[in-house]
Parts: sequence; C-alpha cells; structure tokens
Amino acid sequence: MTAEEIYRHGLERIPAGTLGELAAEAVQPWVTVTPASLLDVLTVFRDDPALAFECLDCLTVTDIMDEGQMEVVYHLYSYKHQHLFVVKSRTGRDEPQVPSVTGLWPAADWYEREQYDMFGVRFTGHPNLTRLFLPDEWVGHPMRLDWKEGETALGIPTSRPDPLVKKDAEAGGGADA
Amino acid sequence: MGYTPLNLPSNVITTRVDAVLNWGRANSIWYMLFGLACCGIELMQTGGPRADLDRFGSVFRSTPRQSDLMIVAGTVTYKMAERVRRLYEQMAEPRYVIAMGSCANCGGWLQKSYAVVKGVDLIVPVDLYLPGCPPRPESLTEGILELQKKIRRENFITK
Repeated sequence: MTAEEIYRHGLERIPAGTLGELAAEAVQPWVTVTPASLLDVLTVFRDDPALAFECLDCLTVTDIMDEGQMEVVYHLYSYKHQHLFVVKSRTGRDEPQVPSVTGLWPAADWYEREQYDMFGVRFTGHPNLTRLFLPDEWVGHPMRLDWKEGETALGIPTSRPDPLVKKDAEAGGGADA
Repeated sequence: MGYTPLNLPSNVITTRVDAVLNWGRANSIWYMLFGLACCGIELMQTGGPRADLDRFGSVFRSTPRQSDLMIVAGTVTYKMAERVRRLYEQMAEPRYVIAMGSCANCGGWLQKSYAVVKGVDLIVPVDLYLPGCPPRPESLTEGILELQKKIRRENFITK
C-alpha cells in the first residue's frame, strides 16, 4: 500500500480527529498523533491485517527547542506487505513524556532506553527505564540542544590545557631567545 | 662487563644488581591486551609476525596480574574510564602505561564528544605518548624500545 492508502485505511478504523494531517510530500510520509492516543493508533497499525506493521523499524527523538517540544518518531515497517509508515508524536520539552510501546513491540525496550538516555524522554510503562549507553551516574541528557558539558564528568576533568597556548611564565621568558 | 679484581674464569662477568634487574625487566615487558578502538587493530598487528614484538620479549597477557605494561589503545569513554583505572590498580608494580594514539593522548578528533575522556593521563599516570591516528606497528615498536631505555635507566637498589 502507498502511504496515502495506509492513511485512508487508518482513518476508517481510528476515531475521527485522532490522526493528524498526512504529510504526503515527504520522502517518508508521516502523521502526527497526540501522546494520549498514541497507543490506540499504533495498536490498530500493528493488528489490522491490511496494515500489519509487525516491525518497529526505528524509534527516534527530535529536540525542537525553538518550539519547546520534543518529537518522538516511530518508523513502522510491514514485512507482510512490504510497506513503511511514520508516526510522530509531540510532547512538551520540559517534562517530555509519552507512553511506552514495549507492550506492542518488545524491540522498543532498548530504543526507548536509548532515547531516555540521550534526550530524557520518559516512556511511561517501560519495564526498566534506565540508561543504555552512558554510565548510571551521568548527569543530564547530552543530545538535548541546551545541554552543556560541565567542568568535570564523573570526577574526571573535561578539559586539558592547550599545548599551543603558552603559559604566562613561558611567554614572559620569550620564545625567540 | 665490568672490572674484574679477581682472576675469574672468562665465562664470569661482574656487574651491578640494578643493571641485571633492569636488563631482565626491560627484556620481558609483558603487555596487557587493551584494545579499545581502531588502535587495537594496530596493537594486534604489532604482536603479529611482521612487526613481531616477541623478539623484544614482549608478549601479550590477558590479565592485569601478569602484566607490566598497559597499552591504552584507543578511545577511552567515561564508562570505560572506571575500568581502566581499576585494571591499572590491579597490575603489580613496577607498571607502565603507554597512551597509544591521539584519542588516548588527548581525546583526538573525538575530543568534543560528551562521552570521551580528554586524555588517559587524566585517569592514570602515563609513561609514553604515541602520536598517530592510529600509530603504525613500527611506531609502537619504537615506543616499546623507548620504554626499554627508560626501564634501563631506573635504579631500585641504589637510589
């Protein structure tokens, strides 16, 4: 099915007003869904035999700092019908929170842990929402656009003196001498 | 080697205790397998038949308890830093550290990353810095030879 057909098929099975407009001109067309109705929509997409998105291909997050929002992007793929669809869901940036889809696709477990690690998005209902890559003691979420590296990380300095910049004592001595 | 005050047979030499100790230590630098990134590949090459570190008495060990030298080959992340420190502390003294490659020296071209330690000398004391990205096996071989020179200069008995 083309994205247009998937969208129209979904509209018939999902309560009116839940699915946003289809961004059909995009390379991978997508719709926007509110976090509250996300699980219902994705359940239909997975279980409907004509759609049959049995694979969560990719789960990513975009930090849209200008608009104060976080966008969670779900790439769905169907091996049965060989078609692809993208669902996006926006949540507030200060306390980003969307429902976990681990109940629908077990593969989402590590995806969501990674996104929590990098962006601090809380996936409610996740069985074990801990950091995936960074150490547990890490402070902050480095992929957020307003994240700044501190003076130290885990007790280790995060900078070192530049060897090309001479120290004051050496500069006074004169390099030409 | 040295001056012989007695009428010793020709197969007996006199020397200093430190010189004998250092001769033995310099020619049996066992290094710990510590490949963290692409430098690890060059480290393996150096142990292989072409560069052949074995001819200098250096063989790899897979445990810090038997190692004299830790060649930090590759990018050290903050998650790994704790392990680097622990492995270093598990090595028996005297112990040496080579920071191999730009990443281990200063973070290299990953220095701006949030996850990379800006030089392994921020965690453990380093004896020798090897430049290169990654250094060739010849470079690491020269590094081992330089470390041998350093070991031969050391004094344990005579301070």
